[in-house]
Amino acid sequence: MKKKYLAIPYVGWMAIFVIVPLILVVGYALINRDGQVTLDNFRTMTQYLGAFTTSFRLAIIATVICLVIGYPVSLWLAREGAAVKRIAMIAIMLPMWMNFLLRTYAWMSLLENTGIINTLLKNIGLFDLINRVFGTQLSYFPMINTPGAVVLGMVYNYLPFMILPIYTVIDKIDPKVIEAAEDLGAPPVMVFRKVIFPLSLPGVLSGITMVFIPAVSTFAISKLLGGGMTLLLGDLIEMQFYGSAYNPYLGSAISLVMMVIVLICMAVMNHFGEGEGEAVYF
Amino acid sequence: MSKELIRLTNVSMVFDGETTVLDNINLYFNDAEFLTLLGPSGCGKTTTLRIIGGFQKPTSGDVFFDGVRINDVPPYKRQINTVFQKYALFTHMNIYENVAFGLRISKTPEDEIRKRVDEALSMVNLSGYEKRSVNSLSGGQQQRVAIARAIINRPKVLLLDEPLGALDLKLRKGMQTELKKIQQQVGITFVYVTHDQEEALTMSDTIVVMNEGRIQQIGTPIDIYNEPKNAFVANFIGESNIVDGVMEQDYSVSFANRTFECVDKGFARKEAVDVVIRPEDLVISAPERGQIIGKVESVVFKGIFYEVMVAGETFTWKVQTTRAPAVGQLVGLSVEPDNIQVMHKS
Repeated sequence: MKKKYLAIPYVGWMAIFVIVPLILVVGYALINRDGQVTLDNFRTMTQYLGAFTTSFRLAIIATVICLVIGYPVSLWLAREGAAVKRIAMIAIMLPMWMNFLLRTYAWMSLLENTGIINTLLKNIGLFDLINRVFGTQLSYFPMINTPGAVVLGMVYNYLPFMILPIYTVIDKIDPKVIEAAEDLGAPPVMVFRKVIFPLSLPGVLSGITMVFIPAVSTFAISKLLGGGMTLLLGDLIEMQFYGSAYNPYLGSAISLVMMVIVLICMAVMNHFGEGEGEAVYF
Repeated sequence: MSKELIRLTNVSMVFDGETTVLDNINLYFNDAEFLTLLGPSGCGKTTTLRIIGGFQKPTSGDVFFDGVRINDVPPYKRQINTVFQKYALFTHMNIYENVAFGLRISKTPEDEIRKRVDEALSMVNLSGYEKRSVNSLSGGQQQRVAIARAIINRPKVLLLDEPLGALDLKLRKGMQTELKKIQQQVGITFVYVTHDQEEALTMSDTIVVMNEGRIQQIGTPIDIYNEPKNAFVANFIGESNIVDGVMEQDYSVSFANRTFECVDKGFARKEAVDVVIRPEDLVISAPERGQIIGKVESVVFKGIFYEVMVAGETFTWKVQTTRAPAVGQLVGLSVEPDNIQVMHKS
């Protein structure tokens, strides 16, 4: 018996809070302040091409860094015993239990020109040393309000979303399959290349998706750590709704275009991961 | 004369410093032999296999392959391949790539890979399945892919870890014959692990009966069945009546309140022994003509015979017969001297 009625609450939720808003976004994107149907919003958007490229560039960099850090950790973790796994899982999840803004503010106080890191380096005399050797006038490392700080914020906040799906997939690989590969003559590197990595691809795709999408649309991180120096799509959209530039029509149009680009990216990735099992796609 | 291929000397395996899984195993087997490790679960047979395959290192003792000690040789450098219990196929590859895996690792030329994969697949009757995915195959077919994948490297020894355990009875019988045929065709040593005594008797050249980490008996299927060395082997291989007896002197043993002529000798006088009689070796007759008298307790139809329980004075005997007596009837039981197995108490 199919219990279709069990899906009713979710379908209702989807209809009210996803489908209807989506229609509103599309509708807003296609009209101007006077309520006339127009494509002007999309034309205006070309002024902000820079925000698009910066956003995608930083999100891609952050995703790649998350992957480079997250994959080896997942691989190591999957091989450990239950006790280590439990502790490591808590360590990975712990930052996520703290408020997102709080975490980002914490990074601010670390990275600021007079922040903890720079103060520390100053007190151990690093800047004096560098100034003496190179004849510079350095009194701090500029870290906050740089694209690097924004990427750092993204990596810090989204890394668990890379580790968890990859770890879950690798952990589920039957150890007998790995033994079978060794048995057939594959040394460890080959076992990884031919068996573990291909079998872990669904997790990698999920991880990329779960890091890239929030990273490309973030606004709080760039605002706090980028100090408005790096205008990202998220900031741009926020400005259209809450800023002085109040223009929800343009904001909707930007959202829509961003969504389409993200969907295309995911579809391309989906294509590469085809036949590798099911991953989480948004 | 067949040549010795693998030898285990004084191999012991202790887990976590306390659980003894293998206790001083000494075992060798020859080229092109079909050897079965038989025993109940937890007897150490799979651990023995994993030590030969290189997946586990013995706590003490040595493993020799062709005269060379291989304790520290990793699995991927051994000329031994394994068919795993639950097949362990690569689900991200099709059947062709699964079978070709070993050859790809050794960088075999493409045309030779094609030739040998074709050969291996036809040997296991799976020609035409090359492009299929692993999950589209039935258990029996997956099992055959696992066999093809394992023999493609032309190993000297093929290890099989309860490969037919997940299959239904009919399919299992078919695969038993097929496996035996493949073994004779490729002419390599098969080391087969099972807990199914019938499977072991059907397929093996040599059976190694194991229990609680020790080898109980090594012999041909006929030896093991007809001349079990101890009560455990007798009980595990086929059905048995095992009773306490006393060896009176050579060729004379007493049990069930009577002295019987037998063919065993060399025991101490009045030594307490286990006496084993197979159910099919007990003959039902009229009470006055039997050596033992008992009352029929139950009769169960088993297909080709009836299993009859006969309650004697000291023991309830299990008898297999083609003619069923009535329940409650008094009957006599008799046994030929050479069907009485006398063994030391273990």
